[in-house]
Amino acid sequence: MLKIEPRKEPSRVMLYATPFLAVLFTIVAGFILFSLLDKNPATATYLIFISPLTSLYTITELLVKATPLILIAIGLAVGFRAGVWNIGAEGQFTMGALAGGAMALALYEVEGLWVLPLVCLAGALGGMAWAAIPAFLRTRLNTNEILVSLMLVYVATLLLGMLVHGPLRDPDGFNFPESRLFHDAATLPALVAGTRAHVGFLVAIIAVIVAWILLRSHMIGFQIKVVGQAPRAARFAGFSSPRIVWFCFMISGALAGLAGIFEATGPVGQLVPALPVGYGFTAIIVAFLGRLHPLGILAGGLLLALTYIGGEAAQISMSLPSATVQVFQGMLLFFLLATDILVNYRVSWIASGRRPAKTALQQPAE
Amino acid sequence: MDLIVNIVLGIIVAATPLVFASIGELVVEKSGVLNLGVEGMMIIGAIAGFAGTIETGSFMVGILAAIIAGAAVALLFAVLTQTLLANQVATGLALTLFGLGLAALIGQSYSGKSAPDFPKLNIPGLTDLPIIGPLIFGQDGLVYLSFALVAGVAWVLTRTRTGLIIRAIGENHDAAHAIGYPVVAYRYATLLFGGACAGLGGAYLSIVQTPLWVENMTAGRGWIALALVVFAAWRPWRSLLGAYLFGGITIIQLHSQALGLQVEPQILAMLPYLATIIVLVLISYDKAKARLNAPANLGKTFFAST
Repeated sequence: MLKIEPRKEPSRVMLYATPFLAVLFTIVAGFILFSLLDKNPATATYLIFISPLTSLYTITELLVKATPLILIAIGLAVGFRAGVWNIGAEGQFTMGALAGGAMALALYEVEGLWVLPLVCLAGALGGMAWAAIPAFLRTRLNTNEILVSLMLVYVATLLLGMLVHGPLRDPDGFNFPESRLFHDAATLPALVAGTRAHVGFLVAIIAVIVAWILLRSHMIGFQIKVVGQAPRAARFAGFSSPRIVWFCFMISGALAGLAGIFEATGPVGQLVPALPVGYGFTAIIVAFLGRLHPLGILAGGLLLALTYIGGEAAQISMSLPSATVQVFQGMLLFFLLATDILVNYRVSWIASGRRPAKTALQQPAE
Repeated sequence: MDLIVNIVLGIIVAATPLVFASIGELVVEKSGVLNLGVEGMMIIGAIAGFAGTIETGSFMVGILAAIIAGAAVALLFAVLTQTLLANQVATGLALTLFGLGLAALIGQSYSGKSAPDFPKLNIPGLTDLPIIGPLIFGQDGLVYLSFALVAGVAWVLTRTRTGLIIRAIGENHDAAHAIGYPVVAYRYATLLFGGACAGLGGAYLSIVQTPLWVENMTAGRGWIALALVVFAAWRPWRSLLGAYLFGGITIIQLHSQALGLQVEPQILAMLPYLATIIVLVLISYDKAKARLNAPANLGKTFFAST
């Protein structure tokens, strides 16, 4: 029988060990999954977790995927710490891309160093505007932010589809539902010449550092923690809960919007209906895997990016279904949540039906 | 007149998956557990039901497969949240992400195939009656089952001892535990029931409504079902009403041309999601009332120290 005792204090060792444990379990479960799919598990695991690290090109691709994941997860983690469940980052990502993309198209063929920052600002504002809806409804009208932010994901995707079919469609594009390619002044410069890795990754690193300092040393970081862990104490201390909710939504909306416009002006280069590919949801896993800590999120983002790139490689060379990666990511979160118990509780097995003290006495002397 | 009958028939088909999913989640939430993984359980049910039907040619097997598959993934949620005391919100999200991935993985070899026509009730004489014939005596068995299920849940929750215990656990699990009710066992049971219902709802989508397998075919219906439970103020019959309301909104899209609406198709597709938000706002802006309706221990982790 499983015996569970609460710990007096969360175990710090377990806090840092469990993400690794979860990754290990996921790899083991992956072995079983691949065997069931009649694929060589060792080859598949190598392709997914190791092969992306073996060439410069795939490493730069890693940064391309990690950028949106890290940016979004940082914002979400700030909210999750305060008990603000913004799970509609995918929609804020889409709206960021849409608002910034519309700005880029409006400034088509305008030259100037100010164009790109303006486009990115529009992206961040687009994400914030979309995040403002659940923030307003939660603080003013007491509406559950989980469901509202999620519903808005579908609305945003449909809106993007509608606009690239209509006003934002490329006039010379033979009626394809795509915008023009953004011109050079509105395209993110590459980080490594000739690859798709872009300066957005540097912004993600800056976001990690700023969030780290903010959460560690600034008053707002303390307030977020108290509101999340002891709402009553926060009320007595006079911390404004609506203000924290707004703060969390604005940060996560802005970062998700930035991630969206980086994706549009970086690797994609235009607005297409298929722009949102689920980074907003995967970032939830990244946030938890990183223990809601900015440095952990940096590592978690890179790891999840690895599964994307490796998953693509496995898809091509082993004809694995594309959904395999999604299953992997889901399993990872499951194992993480399952091993979480080790942080706050002491878990041990005891033989069922007997008391631990008696079992020692009852050892038969054979 | 034919148009109206057709519209009502369309509403019934669009509403039934929501009826199943929301009545299941309603029982789960009544016992104090918030399972946000309805979307994941529905999509798993959809592929299990479809695959089961295609492989064996029997609807019965397909439906059974969907029920079992829905309950199986719900069991995963139950183990994590009830035994391993994981956060319910995070686990529910994990279940949805995992379910969508797993269903896509299993479903890959089934895309493009279509299921045979699902049989409908046909009572000579009655089914041929104008208007009420096809509406009341010409539905498929699952529609009748969905009504029976709502009636059954309403009866169990309000009129039986089991229902009383479920509600007690949902309101105050510590008190219920102190009296001696097995809180965790009951929650396992409601979660399995909720998973089975969501699976059934998913199967209705893939073998009756469409009837074919499309990746991500639930398209947020699981989340809408969650909103319906809030809308229903945790009352079974109101969840049925809500599901039919949403069924109505969904099929506006299909009949927009016949109704003479000149709107972008994407705008019409947005309606169910926007309506969900509006409904949530209307139902919860009165803070005191909203708190009165919700089970007091909804979403809280239960740990028996003794």
